[in-house]
Amino acid sequence: MSDLKKIVIDDQEVEVAGAMTILQAAEVAGIEIPRFCYHERLTIAGNCRMCLVEVVGGPPKPAASCAMQVRDLRPGPEGQPPIVKTKSPMVKKAREGVMEFMLLNHPLDCPICDQGGECDLQDQAMAYGVDFSRSREAKRSVEDLDLGPLVSTTMTRCISCTRCVRFTSEIAGITVMGQTGRGEDAEIATYLNCTLDSNLQGNIIDLCPVGALTSKPYAFSARPWELKKTETIDVMDALGSNIRVDTKGREVMRIVPRNHDGINEEWISDKTRFIWDGLRSQRLDKPYVRVDGKLTPTTWAEAFAAIKIVSKGKKVAAIAGDLASTEAMYALKGMIDGNVECRVDGAYLPIGDRSGYVGTATIEDIDTAQAIMLIGTNPRLESPVLNARIRKAWLNGAKIGVVGEAADLTYEYFHLGDGREGLMKIADGSGLDEVGKNTVVIIGQGALAGKDGEAVLSQAKRFTIVTESKFMVLHTAAARVGGMDIGFSTEGGMINALDKAEVIYNLGADEMDIDAGPFVIYQGSHGDRGAHRADVILPAAAYTEESGIFVNTEGRPQMAQRAGFAPGDARENWAILRALSAELGTALPYNSLNELRAAMFKDFPHLAAIDEVPVNAWKAAAPKKLGSGSFTNAVTNFYQTNPIARASSVMAAMAQLAASQKPMAAE
Amino acid sequence: MLDDKDRIFTNLYGMHDRSLAGARVRGHWDGTAGYIQNGRDWVVDQVKESGLRGRGGAGFPTGLKWSFMPKESDGRPSYLVVNADESEPGTCKDREIMRHDPHTLIEGCLIAGFGMGANAGYIYIRGEFIREREALQVAIDECYDAGLLGKNAAGSGWDFDLYLHHGAGAYICGEETALLESLEGRKGMPRMKPPFPAGSGLYGAPTTVNNVETIAAVPTILRRGSDWFASMGRPNNHGTKLFGISGHVNNPCVVEEAMSIPLKELLDKHCGGVRGGWKNLKAVIPGGSSVPLLPAYIAKDAIMDFDWLREQHSGLGTAAVIVMDQSTDVIKAIWRLAKFYKHESCGQCTPCREGTGWMMRVMDRLVTGEAELEEIDMLLSVTKQVEGHTICALGDAAAWPIQGLVRHFRNEIEDRIKYQKTGRVSSIAAE
Repeated sequence: MSDLKKIVIDDQEVEVAGAMTILQAAEVAGIEIPRFCYHERLTIAGNCRMCLVEVVGGPPKPAASCAMQVRDLRPGPEGQPPIVKTKSPMVKKAREGVMEFMLLNHPLDCPICDQGGECDLQDQAMAYGVDFSRSREAKRSVEDLDLGPLVSTTMTRCISCTRCVRFTSEIAGITVMGQTGRGEDAEIATYLNCTLDSNLQGNIIDLCPVGALTSKPYAFSARPWELKKTETIDVMDALGSNIRVDTKGREVMRIVPRNHDGINEEWISDKTRFIWDGLRSQRLDKPYVRVDGKLTPTTWAEAFAAIKIVSKGKKVAAIAGDLASTEAMYALKGMIDGNVECRVDGAYLPIGDRSGYVGTATIEDIDTAQAIMLIGTNPRLESPVLNARIRKAWLNGAKIGVVGEAADLTYEYFHLGDGREGLMKIADGSGLDEVGKNTVVIIGQGALAGKDGEAVLSQAKRFTIVTESKFMVLHTAAARVGGMDIGFSTEGGMINALDKAEVIYNLGADEMDIDAGPFVIYQGSHGDRGAHRADVILPAAAYTEESGIFVNTEGRPQMAQRAGFAPGDARENWAILRALSAELGTALPYNSLNELRAAMFKDFPHLAAIDEVPVNAWKAAAPKKLGSGSFTNAVTNFYQTNPIARASSVMAAMAQLAASQKPMAAE
Repeated sequence: MLDDKDRIFTNLYGMHDRSLAGARVRGHWDGTAGYIQNGRDWVVDQVKESGLRGRGGAGFPTGLKWSFMPKESDGRPSYLVVNADESEPGTCKDREIMRHDPHTLIEGCLIAGFGMGANAGYIYIRGEFIREREALQVAIDECYDAGLLGKNAAGSGWDFDLYLHHGAGAYICGEETALLESLEGRKGMPRMKPPFPAGSGLYGAPTTVNNVETIAAVPTILRRGSDWFASMGRPNNHGTKLFGISGHVNNPCVVEEAMSIPLKELLDKHCGGVRGGWKNLKAVIPGGSSVPLLPAYIAKDAIMDFDWLREQHSGLGTAAVIVMDQSTDVIKAIWRLAKFYKHESCGQCTPCREGTGWMMRVMDRLVTGEAELEEIDMLLSVTKQVEGHTICALGDAAAWPIQGLVRHFRNEIEDRIKYQKTGRVSSIAAE
């Protein structure tokens, strides 16, 4: 790049792009500059003034390094690179001053504040402040806001960095937060005291550099230094957001995001973040067997014995639900001598054609897409973090087209029809005027779930070819792509798979009804729909309680890790299957999870390449004739999509709130 | 004293006809098209040579500022924005132009707009200025009717539209970037610089923001010649200037005078002198509320221009002279300014948001003397922590009056604290 500029920061010369700010250049040089309002994924506000640095030869006052671009610095008289000092007396004085002003009206709440121990203000006051206060004036107090059941506010602690305002308006796409009043009386507030209507709102808790916005469900339950931190993968949607699960003893205390530029950047949805209370209730902690029509607690041995008696010589089929790990499905498929199926929602996903059930686009492709075409999907509900990325692309100028339900997606789009008629109209490329070429086509499970799913897919593929686009299937279930990858599927889908089955082995499938008749073995973590229909229940670990590989919607295998142990007698999924297979006399050929993985990687090598997106060869599909009617989106009740969410009281409260909220007339 | 023939604002007091016809009689709108036909560079060079410096307070050379505007458009339009948000306490000069001599401003807008390649100009007028807005709008309408604005304005071949925008009455909207934010319909909060408005201003397009008086002076400079303008005042401080004198003088007024006029002459000739005689003078704020005050012993030699006042750690600012005689409680006077800045701080950046309130509260106690002596130095140190650490200059403006007070009247503050503690009066008793 021709725009590289040299700059000397604290006697260290670095060469950086001219568009970089001093603060970013300092990061390149490994020099830390304290900041509150600056956040690399938000616009620059420059209002906290903590990042002031001295620019030698510039005006005789310090400059805000978060906003000053390197190319705006004047070179020395003989063209020497500009000199910036971050440790000079001027900078030290400025930081102490700003710190003093920050603390002037900040209450000494640290002992009772949930942010304590992970508070930017606390840390920076220690590092850059002075140890006493010169102020003898009374402190300002501010009334708290009601932001709903997720975010707790203590606005007296607010330092008006406006990170929350910028996040909600720029990334979450809701314009209810802002700063009212001026001067000392300036307060962060919501428009007409609205609560936040966004399923990404939890991120403002992470963004808040002080204790003004904290987690309501987590309030006063743990200190950060008591928590064991496990880096793992989320399964609430098919995005595979990178998360960190914090546990105290056996309990999951909270879930926070990890950075992954290719997937979730550093955001997670509220379902991902606040699901953890669902891990504590409705748990299956011992095996059950149905005796005289009633589920009765039993032991593992008796449960296995019951299965052995029932399944002998019978036609057995297996189904796998939305949260099953690839290993568990692999083990189940190895154990069962019969049909297997993971497409519980009935969506048409072509067996063996990865370009058809995953697509060819990566999530990062959305960033650079000229246009994005959404077919039969509401990404705001199906994958909120992905929706934020689509919004980012839109803000950068990408055009968005929607075929399907016209929902509020937080960005403007061309609505090209409600369903199949709309798709038919654009499939031959006649919708190009609005949306254009070089798009990313995102097709939802709702569009594929109808009887003509195959035809919908073929027409979407046709559109993809005509517009020279990339193709992405947006899944709603974390397990689905992994299941398709290992062939946990039967030609003809669920109906064929269960045809004439006498025993059904249900691995955590709670989102479908099983007809009366077959004997059902349910293996899962929560007492939900699947368990109610079961004749034998085998209690299993939830996603935070075992290690497993999940393949996300772009086809990227990622490994979740165990953060804690399953309650009671519940066991890890693969271990249950291994033990049961031995009981049935068809012992699986591995004795540990590592051996299981080795076998699985041998069969499906791409799963071994953790965190890599395999390139999928494009397979054209002959265009088939569509049915008629609108597309129905796969997710309508965002907060209740899986058994863990349905067990969570926080999710229940959010679902209730979402149901009661009606769009305002003026908006 | 400035001769009447050298005045730019010939209807400052509204005693003549302010309509277009009246303005034409006084020589405005004469030969405007000709100046424009001399070309853009000529206009900017004339302004440069005249030595005109911005009349809004900072005194930045106007011609230089115009020359920062792009010569060729990259697709974005250029804008002229006139800052008529005259809100600095003590300042009342622009309103006289707008209500009595609006055509100087409108003609200036056309020429300045041409000089910076702008086909559109916005005048952002202070929310409290109702009559001024009416007068200015009438004048703009007259100009449109007469073909002096709009397509081929004044027959010059240059298209120029002028819009009047009424603010909502916030001091901070007089800061140029906050003004642009407000003009765009957002909350009036200053932007960070760089980028400067000449690179990215109104709606992200190149913009120059000028004070009313600056723009209004331009047509006469072209008409009389830059030499004429430069012949007045000391080097680097040329031309005439509107002074608004308020406070303890016998005859407060707004008057046009040559730059570099001695303060004593200004007060004696135009204002009937200080109330109770020159010896009754205690202090003068020479340039509106945001510049440090000058005590009487400095004020007696004061020369009213940018450079002299800066050498005295004060400034010409908007040339709003606030005169305070011996009856003034100078601590309370500065406290009132501190209160003003606390009220008008926009609340965006930390030092100003928190610092203005703190400074005011310490000043509260200095007024009554219920403070410790050490707090004077602490206050001074707080003002230094605010100054230069903020996004815009409001932090500086809040800090400087207090710094001036402590610099020149420290003994008075100390006396008051001691009196409050001991009940005895020290130096005050001698007066």
